[in-house]
Amino acid sequence: MRLGSQGIEDLQRRYKLFLIAGLIGFLALGLRMWHLQIIKGEELSRLSKHNRIRIREIPASRGMILDRKGRILIDNRPSFEVLLVPEDIVDMEKTTGFLHRILRVTPEEVGKRLEANNHRPPFKPIRIQSDISRLHLALLKTHQLDLPGLIVDVRPRRAYNYGSMASHLVGYLGEIDGRELKRDRFKGYQMGDIIGKYGVEQQWEPFLKGMDGGRQVEVDAYGREIKVLQRVESHPGNNLLLTIDLDLQMTAEALLEGKEGAIVAMNPQNGQILAMVSHPSYDPSLFAGGINHDDWETLIQNPFHPLQNRGIQGQYAPGSVFKMITAIAGLEEGVISPQEILFCGGSYQLGNRTYRCWRKGGHGKVDLHRAIVESCDVFFYQVGQRLGIDTLAKYAKGFGLGKPTGISLNDEKPGLIPSSEWKKKVYDEAWYQGETLSCAIGQGYILVTPLQLLNAISAIATEGILYRPQLVERIERANGKVLKSYEPISIGKIPISPENLMFIREALLGVVNEDRGTGRVARIKDVTVSGKTGTAQVISLREDVAEEDIPYEYRDHAWFVAYAPMENPIISVAVLVEHGGHGASASAPIARKVMQKYLDILKEEGKFPPLVARGREMDSLNSRDFTR
Amino acid sequence: MIDRRLLTHFDWPLLIFVLIISFIGVFNLYSATFGEVESHLYAKQILWIGIGLASTLLITVFDYRFYRDFAYLFYGISLISLVAVFIYSAMHPEVSRWIKIGPLFFQPAELAKIAIILALAKYFDHFPKKDGYGLRELIFPFIILSVPSLMVAKQPDLGTAISLLLIGFSIILFVKIKWKSLVIMIIGGISILPFIWNFLMPYQKKRILTFFRPELDPLGAGYHIIQSKIAIGSGGGLGKGFLKGTQCKLHFIPAQHTDFVFSVWAEEWGLAGGLILLALYLLLIAWGANISIRSKDRFGAIVAFGVVSMIFWHVIINIGMALGMMPVVGMPLPFMSYGGSAILSMMVGVGLLLNISMRRYIF
Repeated sequence: MRLGSQGIEDLQRRYKLFLIAGLIGFLALGLRMWHLQIIKGEELSRLSKHNRIRIREIPASRGMILDRKGRILIDNRPSFEVLLVPEDIVDMEKTTGFLHRILRVTPEEVGKRLEANNHRPPFKPIRIQSDISRLHLALLKTHQLDLPGLIVDVRPRRAYNYGSMASHLVGYLGEIDGRELKRDRFKGYQMGDIIGKYGVEQQWEPFLKGMDGGRQVEVDAYGREIKVLQRVESHPGNNLLLTIDLDLQMTAEALLEGKEGAIVAMNPQNGQILAMVSHPSYDPSLFAGGINHDDWETLIQNPFHPLQNRGIQGQYAPGSVFKMITAIAGLEEGVISPQEILFCGGSYQLGNRTYRCWRKGGHGKVDLHRAIVESCDVFFYQVGQRLGIDTLAKYAKGFGLGKPTGISLNDEKPGLIPSSEWKKKVYDEAWYQGETLSCAIGQGYILVTPLQLLNAISAIATEGILYRPQLVERIERANGKVLKSYEPISIGKIPISPENLMFIREALLGVVNEDRGTGRVARIKDVTVSGKTGTAQVISLREDVAEEDIPYEYRDHAWFVAYAPMENPIISVAVLVEHGGHGASASAPIARKVMQKYLDILKEEGKFPPLVARGREMDSLNSRDFTR
Repeated sequence: MIDRRLLTHFDWPLLIFVLIISFIGVFNLYSATFGEVESHLYAKQILWIGIGLASTLLITVFDYRFYRDFAYLFYGISLISLVAVFIYSAMHPEVSRWIKIGPLFFQPAELAKIAIILALAKYFDHFPKKDGYGLRELIFPFIILSVPSLMVAKQPDLGTAISLLLIGFSIILFVKIKWKSLVIMIIGGISILPFIWNFLMPYQKKRILTFFRPELDPLGAGYHIIQSKIAIGSGGGLGKGFLKGTQCKLHFIPAQHTDFVFSVWAEEWGLAGGLILLALYLLLIAWGANISIRSKDRFGAIVAFGVVSMIFWHVIINIGMALGMMPVVGMPLPFMSYGGSAILSMMVGVGLLLNISMRRYIF
């Protein structure tokens, strides 16, 4: 052990220096206290009464939502709002009575609003009503002096320039709730803030929100502002440029008017969504300032589910559209060749059950090409039987079916691709061969969303690449500078060889352009439209019932999935009309009009017809296309 | 271990200063949270003080030189627990500074304060230098100091990181650094700042700017400072009285039971109360400094000085912040702020002071 106080003499020498330094520190604190409490004591104690220094926030205006050409779909407009600061209210009864007389807001409603906000920071104004008229504004302003705690303020509010257009896609807003406030994503948000609740508004919330500013104000004993001490300006949110084309979207909306169903259109070369319609729709402006209870009840109790985005949330049997996948699986697995001829006599016998073809008299001798063109059921029963359900399921999954496409919207449904394993797990039953036959023609357990089928046919239309459907092309700051651009994201390659891909394209071309094709209605002059019809059974019916006699809710759903032109696809589209009957009659004309419209748009811009066929030059043409 | 001579030399005044301040702290906490959801916090604080006192007494049982032998081990353990914080917070994104041991939340950054004091004291005790340390001899202490500081800053707990650095540099000044080395260090430190600055993201720069100039953020930190100044100033000479403070009750002041306890105290007890509290801290610090220079060996002197500097910096920065003289950082007021880990680390520090004090006559 070292000896005693060795080695600390040098430390002792500097001891006084440290003590003096410490004393100076304490002296500074003491002087400062004296300064605050004695010299400025009176002034500060005046400010402390009624908490005279407050923060009044200046809400940021939310980023705009624009179409691919920069046309404004959604921006903001000023709204006059009535707010209450309960801490400042002297006579609650008088205040609520006044609000009742002028604005027809009952005291109970006011009470409910205050209750809903009881965890807010103190003295933060609570919104009672938005969008008051100029007359009410004048009345409130004149009485404000007698009613401490009542504030009238102007704040930005969402303006929907095209009403309910694309409402499922862009989504809606709402007041943040307690559960959301606890999440990391909403750090820095406060009770009463308006956030995106659905659709693009929700998914891109952090970009759209902007930064709230505020004023540090001194108020008098009644909560009225005397002077502004400090001011921080708000920063508007970033603008979103969607991949949607406004004209195409409007056309598609009009085509579904009065129907239930969905239209989704895409650029198959990169997965950009050009239009997305789901009907019936809703009015997003109902939500802009927090939806009221009655409106909400009406919306969610509507039997046609207007809040559902059918393009990604509607799950339907694909019907005959699925035959293109059964065909590819058959070719790839070698169970059928383009040359092989099978006989369709109008029905197919398996065990003691008869499986019918949609065409009563049968198709006679058919090869694969004709089977697709004329949508022969009996042909595909046999292909399905040779493949077996598990091989078929493997191919369906290879086309992106049975799982979400990954589009940036909430609650995208996965659909369902059954397999023997799946049935064992869910029903604890063995798979029956008869069920394979149903699945081979897209009935039975199979469920898909319109977007999934669109993605699958888009891959067939191009080089076999599946893209993640993309909604936002880029994000721009308020000053127009690009903050972020989204590149196409490939999510896989469909399992098909180049020869078979060519074969299936020829067949899909035939569906529309051959005289006996089921999709003849979708023909456009001089354009090589290709596609596939489908009819999704809602329930099985005897064959001899006339369509008009079937109750509406039991009528089949009509599918048409297509792309054009074949040499250089620039648009693909999926149309589903609920209870529309046959795909050929209900959906194909709609798909044709959508494609025609888009070709017209491109023609007007001088981008169509394309000068060169698919190839390197095409890429440059396409990229010009997307950058406006 | 304990012999009778030790008990006769027990430093009662030191323990009594600490107890008085802790009592004021509980009393003040009761008022700060009165009528709030957290109104039971004062009772929890009493429990923490009890646990703290138990550890204080436990620490005095063994000769402090015994701790010298384990200083690096203890330092290693505190580094591991800081790593554990990162792992824990990766699994529990809602927390960033804590690890949970059984029912208790524990803040390893507080432990690091003591660990740094012991590790630096061991090093400087082992290599005594009468004429001051040069840069080469300071490389190891810098490593000891900077590793936990960076880890704590990353959590992010800027306040604790700064207090670690202040404690460390106080000790380095205490053991004497060569003038030349000091100048080089300061110049070197200043010259790398612009490079670090360029490395930062714009939002990080903004955060640091508002840290030093809260008025740049009038809706956040700047507002809290104003509210704290109003609270203290409105207390006037004699204060508004127990439970009569209004400013702090309305959540105008964030963390009125942790970082801004002084605002509550000064609002209710005025300049008189504020000065009494200041005087108590000053007494405690002077007493501790006295223990340091009367210590019988170099290790004891450095440890005691380290503990005193820890108390000193926390008092100066916390009260300075409440008075609007300092940047807003999360630094607890010793024995006054609510918080188990902070109370514990301060009480362990007091235990070391008592230990060194009572053994100065024993060889």
